[in-house]
Amino acid sequence: MAKELWKGNEAVAEAAIKAGCRFFFGYPITPQNEIPEYMAMKMPQIDGCFLQAESEVAAINMVYGAAGAGARVMTSSSSPGISLKQEGITYIAGAELPCVIVNMVRGGPGLGSIQPAQSDYFQACKGGGHGDYRLIVLAPASVQEAVDLVQEAFDIADQYRNPVMILGDGMMGQMMEPVEFKEVKKRSLPEKTWATVGTKGKRKPNVVNSLYIDAADCHNHNVDLFKKYAEIEKNEVRVDTYNVENAEIVFVAYGTTARIVKNAINSLAKEGIKAGLIRPVTLWPYPYKAIEEAAEKASVKAFMSVEMSMGQMVEDVKLGANGKKPVYFYGKAGGAFPTPKGIAEEAKKILGGAK
Amino acid sequence: MAHEIIMAGFGGQGVMAMGKILVEAAMEEGKNVSWLPSYGPEMRGGTANCSVIVSDEPIGAPIVTEATAAIVMNRPSLDKYESMVVPGGALLINSSLIDKKATREDIKVHYVPANDIAQELGTDKVANIVMLGAYIQASGAASADSIMNIITQMFAGKKATVIPLNKEALLRGAACIK
Amino acid sequence: MAVVFEKTRGLAEKPFHYCPGCTHGIIHRLVAESLDELNLIDDAIGVAPVGCAVFAYDYFNCDMQEAAHGRAPATATGIKRVHPKSAVFTYQGDGDLASIGAAEIVHAAMRGEKITTIFVNNAIYGMTGGQMAPTTLVGQKATTAPYGRDENHAGMPLRISEMLATIPKAVFVERVSVHDVKHIIQAKKAIKKAFQTQMEGKGFSLVEVVSTCPTNWGKTPIEALKWLQENMIPYYPLGNFRNTEEVK
Repeated sequence: MAKELWKGNEAVAEAAIKAGCRFFFGYPITPQNEIPEYMAMKMPQIDGCFLQAESEVAAINMVYGAAGAGARVMTSSSSPGISLKQEGITYIAGAELPCVIVNMVRGGPGLGSIQPAQSDYFQACKGGGHGDYRLIVLAPASVQEAVDLVQEAFDIADQYRNPVMILGDGMMGQMMEPVEFKEVKKRSLPEKTWATVGTKGKRKPNVVNSLYIDAADCHNHNVDLFKKYAEIEKNEVRVDTYNVENAEIVFVAYGTTARIVKNAINSLAKEGIKAGLIRPVTLWPYPYKAIEEAAEKASVKAFMSVEMSMGQMVEDVKLGANGKKPVYFYGKAGGAFPTPKGIAEEAKKILGGAK
Repeated sequence: MAHEIIMAGFGGQGVMAMGKILVEAAMEEGKNVSWLPSYGPEMRGGTANCSVIVSDEPIGAPIVTEATAAIVMNRPSLDKYESMVVPGGALLINSSLIDKKATREDIKVHYVPANDIAQELGTDKVANIVMLGAYIQASGAASADSIMNIITQMFAGKKATVIPLNKEALLRGAACIK
Repeated sequence: MAVVFEKTRGLAEKPFHYCPGCTHGIIHRLVAESLDELNLIDDAIGVAPVGCAVFAYDYFNCDMQEAAHGRAPATATGIKRVHPKSAVFTYQGDGDLASIGAAEIVHAAMRGEKITTIFVNNAIYGMTGGQMAPTTLVGQKATTAPYGRDENHAGMPLRISEMLATIPKAVFVERVSVHDVKHIIQAKKAIKKAFQTQMEGKGFSLVEVVSTCPTNWGKTPIEALKWLQENMIPYYPLGNFRNTEEVK
C-alpha cells in the first residue's frame, strides 16, 4: 500500500479499526478530538459502535463493560480527561480486562494548557489510579509508529489481559506525516473464555470483578498480577537507540521529544561532540537494561533525560544508570518544548563541566 | 537538503491548506515530509500557523524553530517569525496586506502582492496559492507540476472548474520571484 | 407429590449474606424468577453495584460484572452495545444510583439504553454503616446526619422515579415495595414488565423498590416494615410513572 498523509489522531483511530476495534467510548477534549470524530464517522459504516459518553468517567466504565463482554474496545482522551478515567483504569487492571487507552498529553497541572506535554509520565507508568497495578505504556515517536503500535496494542492487551496505554502528545495528535498501514503480525491469542457473553445454560456464570474481600485472597490476586507483570517485563521491553556507540553524552527521550533530540545530536556532531540517544518505546516495562549497558561504556560521561515536563522519566534513567554515571535533566513544561539549540547548549555545559 | 518552513497568517487565509498541498506534493516526489499545525483557540479566527518540513533525509523534530523559510500572510506573523529565519534563509511577505518592510539583511526577502494578484484573478481565496507558487519558485521544495497534480486531485469532480484558476495563481506567484 | 414452590434456577447456590429482615433477598429472588420465567437467564448479563448488593455477582445464576460505585449503567451500556440481544440489567442501591451514579443513570435513560435497572431504595447507605443517602427522609437519622436530615442543610430527598419519568426514552418506570405479599406480587409483575420492555427494544426501564434496612435504621425487621409503610411510602408513592403503552 502506498504512503498517505495522515493526521496523528485520525491515523490512530483508523489503526484501531484495522486492528478489529469495533467499540469506542469517548468524550471531547482538546487535542485528541479527531479520534472520537473519526470513530463517530467510521463506526456506523462497519457495524461498530461509537458512543459519546456523558463524561470520561462514564466512558471508561463503558470500556470496562464492553471489554468484560469480550469486545475489542478503545477510548481516548487528553490529560485532564485521563485523570477522570483513572477510576475505571484501576478497575480494568484489577479485573484484568484488555483494552486500549490513548492519551494525547497536554500541559498540566489542572486545566493546564492544550499544548503538547509529557507530564503524564508518572500517571501512566507509576500508578495513576489506586492500588498495585501496571499499564503497558507505548510511546510512539512518529505517526507511522503510532499506527503500528496501536495495531499491536490490541493484541498485547488480549495476550496479557491488561490495559495498554498509547502515550502520545498534542503534537503527535495534530501533526500530519506519511503513513503506510502495514499488515501487523498477529499474535496467537488465548480465547476469551472468561468474558461475560451469557452462560447459554452450558457453564457456570463468568464474573468480571476486581473485588477480593478477603485480605489473603486480595494479596494472592496481587501476587498473580505481579507474576503477569514480570512476564511482560521479560517479553515486551522495546527501545530504539541512535549513535550510542562512542557517545560522550547519552540523551534519553521518548515520543516527539526524541525527535527534537535527534536534531540536537546532529548539530552537536557538526561541532565534533559525540552524542547518542536511547529512546524507550515501551515506558512500562521500562528499558532499564539499555540505560545500564550505556552506563557501563567507558566513552559515556553522562546521561541527560530530555522531556516536555519538569522531570519525570529522569527518575527511571537514574534507576537504570544506578549511580554509575551522572544523570542530568533538561525539559520544558506546560506545553512549551525543548529546542534542539537549548538541548545542545545544555549538553555542552554538562560536558564542559565533566572535563 | 531540508526545507523547514513556517507558514503563518490569519485563520481563513488558507495557511494550513498551503502547507498541506506542499507536503502532499513533496511526498509524491518521494521526499520526507511533516506538517504540524498550531491548534487551539487561535484556530477559530485568530492567527494560524503551521510547521512544514520537506527533506531528503528522515525528519527529526516536526516543529520548526529554525526556519529555512517563513511565509507571512499578515503583519503579526511578520513580527513574530522574521527572527526565526536562519541566516541565508528566505522570508516571503504578503505585501498586499503588510506595508512594513523586513528589517533583516542576512536573509533573502521576497515581497509578493498575493491578495492583489488573487483579486486580479477574481478571488482572494487563491492568495495562498499565489504565495505557494512564489515559495516553490524561490526554494524548489516541490515542482509546480506536483503541486498542480495535488490541486487537480483536490478539486476533482464538481469543483474542477477552479483548477485553471489555481494554476494561474500558482504561475503568477512564481513570476514574482526574480 | 406436586411441587408448589422451588428455588428458581435464576439464583445460584450461594447463600445470601444479607442481614436478618433485609429485603434484598426477596428482590434478588424476584429478579431471578423473572429472568428464568421469561427464558432470559442463559443469555443474561448482570451488573452488580457497590454497596450491600456488591456480592450480587455470586447470587445470580448468569454472567455478571462488578462495576465501580455508581457506574453500573455505564458498564451495562458497554455490555449491551456488545450483546444487544442479551437481557442486561443493573442492580443498584440508593447511594450508588442516586448519589455518585446520578449522571450515569440519567444519561443511560436519556440514551434509552435497552437495559433494566433494579433500584433498591432503603434511604440509607448500608454497607458503609448507615450514612445519609440522597433518599434519606427529612428528620431521619443517619451516622452523617446524627441530628436527622435537615432540609435546609442537606436538601430534600431525591425522587428518582419521578425524575427519570420525565426522560423521553425512559419508557418503563415504576415504584414498588416488598413489605407484604401483595406488594411482592406487584413488584414481580413490574420487574417482569421491565425486562419485557427491554427485550422489545423500546428503551430504558427501571423499577424502584422501596426497601428496608433494619440494621442501620436500628429497628427489628417487623418495625422496619412498619416504618417503611408509615414514612417511606408517603414520600415515595408507589405506582407506575411511565409505561410503554404511553410511549408512541
